[in-house]
Amino acid sequence: MRRLPVNLILGATLVALVAGMALVSLVWTPHPHALMNIGARFAPASDVHWLGTDQLGRDVVSQLMVGARNSMAVAFIAVLIGASLGVTLGLLASALGGWIEDFVMRIADIGFAFPTLLFAIMLTAVFGPSLNIAIAAIAFINIPVFARVARASANQIWTRDFVMAARAAGQSRFAISRDHILPNIAAPVIVQMTIEFAVAILAEAALSYLGLGAQPPSPSWGRMLSEAQTLMYLAPQLAIYPGLCIVVAVLGFSLLGDGLRDVTDPRLVRNRA
Amino acid sequence: MGYFLLRRTVGFVLTLLAVSIVVFAVMNVLPGDPALTILGIEASEEALDALRRELGLYDPVHVRYLDWVSGALVGDFGRSHSFRVPVSELIVERLPLTVSLALAGMAVTVVLALAMGIGAAANHRKPGDWGVMFLSQIGIAVPSFWLSILLVLLFAVTLRWLPPGGFPGWSDPVAAIRALVLPTAALALVQAAVLARVTRSSALEVMRLDYVRTARAMGYSRQRVLWRHILPNALVPIVTIVGLQFASLVTGTIVIENVFYLPGLGRLIFQSIANRDLPTVQALVMLFATIVVTVNFIVDVLYVLIDPRLKARR
Repeated sequence: MRRLPVNLILGATLVALVAGMALVSLVWTPHPHALMNIGARFAPASDVHWLGTDQLGRDVVSQLMVGARNSMAVAFIAVLIGASLGVTLGLLASALGGWIEDFVMRIADIGFAFPTLLFAIMLTAVFGPSLNIAIAAIAFINIPVFARVARASANQIWTRDFVMAARAAGQSRFAISRDHILPNIAAPVIVQMTIEFAVAILAEAALSYLGLGAQPPSPSWGRMLSEAQTLMYLAPQLAIYPGLCIVVAVLGFSLLGDGLRDVTDPRLVRNRA
Repeated sequence: MGYFLLRRTVGFVLTLLAVSIVVFAVMNVLPGDPALTILGIEASEEALDALRRELGLYDPVHVRYLDWVSGALVGDFGRSHSFRVPVSELIVERLPLTVSLALAGMAVTVVLALAMGIGAAANHRKPGDWGVMFLSQIGIAVPSFWLSILLVLLFAVTLRWLPPGGFPGWSDPVAAIRALVLPTAALALVQAAVLARVTRSSALEVMRLDYVRTARAMGYSRQRVLWRHILPNALVPIVTIVGLQFASLVTGTIVIENVFYLPGLGRLIFQSIANRDLPTVQALVMLFATIVVTVNFIVDVLYVLIDPRLKARR
């Protein structure tokens, strides 16, 4: 068996680390994450509080763990929604062809005119800030991304002999899309999902930092950073840990995505520098 | 070429039209009463009614849309509720800061990325190359707002070389530039990480070509071949990415202005959300989306101008 690429192993390790943090937080955190203890505010790292406490005496490690859970949940839900809708659209466009395909792809192009932040701003102005808005904005921005990937990959599969055979056997375009095209475009779609996880985690952090995502008291890495920013002269360490978590999570998913692409698309290995 | 330009221009106008419909629809057609959003639930029915009249909420949707678009085309975006001045005045007042930040960010990004990317390609599979690749991999994962906080911690809080935020106005150019150093750096470093990778791989691709070897064989120095022969031909993918990045740079300024409390359009958009100032938010979202679409259009056209081979193919 061929050796696995380094980025795949490193990415998987980092992702496992963050996912582990998130999963463990479901059953155990060193302290209740929202437990305030004003007497112990800005406590330095110790045996009791491994990374110290924040301005309200809350345990930083516990908050980071719950933050990991929220961050992963948002990324997962948003990318899953965006990917399902996008892949469906892409498959439809590819199956129907002609002006419908053109139309769907032009619509997808319009989606690219809206960066996630802009879309979230619009929705927040109308509905007020909430985590659901952040999820909706990230999901929406993912639709055209997956529509493109799915259509491009599907168009290649449609030219294959086994698809011809299925058509000759009288299978409908929709049935072929479901039974033959979808399984064969799974690899590029999964690679794209992994990369979009990284993008979604970054986007969630930025939205929460700006107050457009997770609302208090639900801990989020982005919001921890915006709170820490106002306390930089008092407790600079609080501005370090949540940022490190974001970097580890984003780096993990983007390396994992690159690695998966290298493994699943052998044509690229040759070109890899 | 003429046909290509025409087709692209029509596509550009249609995209803007579609974008304006999406913006208008999200801000106006989705359930919710803007008058109630602006005045709050404790407002009286008369006040709500008056505001609905002022906003034209009793008109049919398509009339309101046409009013808004025809106004926007001549620079009339309506009045801001919270600032009590025309939205266009607010935009004119705050645009220079946002544009300066975006242009400075772009310039630093390009210079840094070309130097890093070409440098890495020239040292392919040596420590310099790995260093650049490592930095750029990390850079892609670092959120710009966290990088800003780190820069402030180092240069403002610890070393006290630069101000941690705020903007003193253009009347004192030195103070203004000092206030923009950290925001520009935060904006540019993250983007440069992405662009450096593209530059590197694009340069590596060109380096393998025969004419490069010929140029070296003819006795041109490595440096000359690198900058005069390789770089110009490596530019095509670089320009595409630069264009796409300019769009994300412009939205990046929204984040950065809020990190550093800079009174530009990005800060204005958040103040307007907090003040429930929907006409201002709508105008600014449309403005930012227009910038993104316009830059993409310009890049599309430039792409063909730079690379005549593409012209022939279309």
